[in-house]
Amino acid sequence: MSSDLIVFLVLSLVAIATALGMLFSQNAVYSALFLVLNFVTVAIFYLLLGAPFIAMAQITVYAGAIMVLFLFVIMLLGAESLAPTNSLPWQKPMAILLSVILGVEAVYLLLNRAGSNLAVAAPDASLNSMDSLREMAMSLFNNFLLPFEVTSILLLVAMMGAIVLTRQEKEAK
Amino acid sequence: MVPVDYYVVLSAILFTIGALGVLSRRNPLIIFMSIELMLNAANLAFVAFASVYETFSGQIFVFFVIAVAAAEVAVGLALIVEIFKTKKNINIDEMNSLKG
Repeated sequence: MSSDLIVFLVLSLVAIATALGMLFSQNAVYSALFLVLNFVTVAIFYLLLGAPFIAMAQITVYAGAIMVLFLFVIMLLGAESLAPTNSLPWQKPMAILLSVILGVEAVYLLLNRAGSNLAVAAPDASLNSMDSLREMAMSLFNNFLLPFEVTSILLLVAMMGAIVLTRQEKEAK
Repeated sequence: MVPVDYYVVLSAILFTIGALGVLSRRNPLIIFMSIELMLNAANLAFVAFASVYETFSGQIFVFFVIAVAAAEVAVGLALIVEIFKTKKNINIDEMNSLKG
């Protein structure tokens, strides 16, 4: 058993445990903190896969910006825990059944159709150099320039949307 | 050497947990977090395949997914705050009318 495999197995246990912790916590703040841990674990997976830039983007954007926004909104609304309502009593068992079916089917089909005998080699040190980052940037700004620009417009629209949504309330007062 | 299948299975498991969260929880913020979890699971599969096939395209796609997720969260949370201001409640069961 190689050291990579041991690291992978331990980290995947942490990832699944934190995802389940996010799902089953009654307090939304605990859910958000579990999710931060999950994002950090996924970032370490990216490092294992030889994608240091994506790993750092994951930590700054997801674990940093997005989750801080989540925690801020949870505490702003006081939505730590909602009173349970049972409008559909059979909903939870049904949800568990359906998602178990989804999971089994997804694993079965992915292994059958997308499964390969390829293995992820341990990333070599050259991936952590500036050359690798430069190569990725060349690809981003040559082959993917249009999606990049569209993304910038999308972010601008999202920013304006958030501002407009919160501005309406002030005008109504 | 870790077989890429292991990463794919882990990604499928995380996606399923996220789907279960969307289906079973009643707090819209937790539903949102479950959606983020599903996006992350897809990203993990992208990076795993990008690493196996030694191409940057998968990583760049993940970069775009992260940007879209950030935009989605900004608008979504603004909507939740706005719903809370009109309804004084964010239970998903009570969001059953378009008119506040």
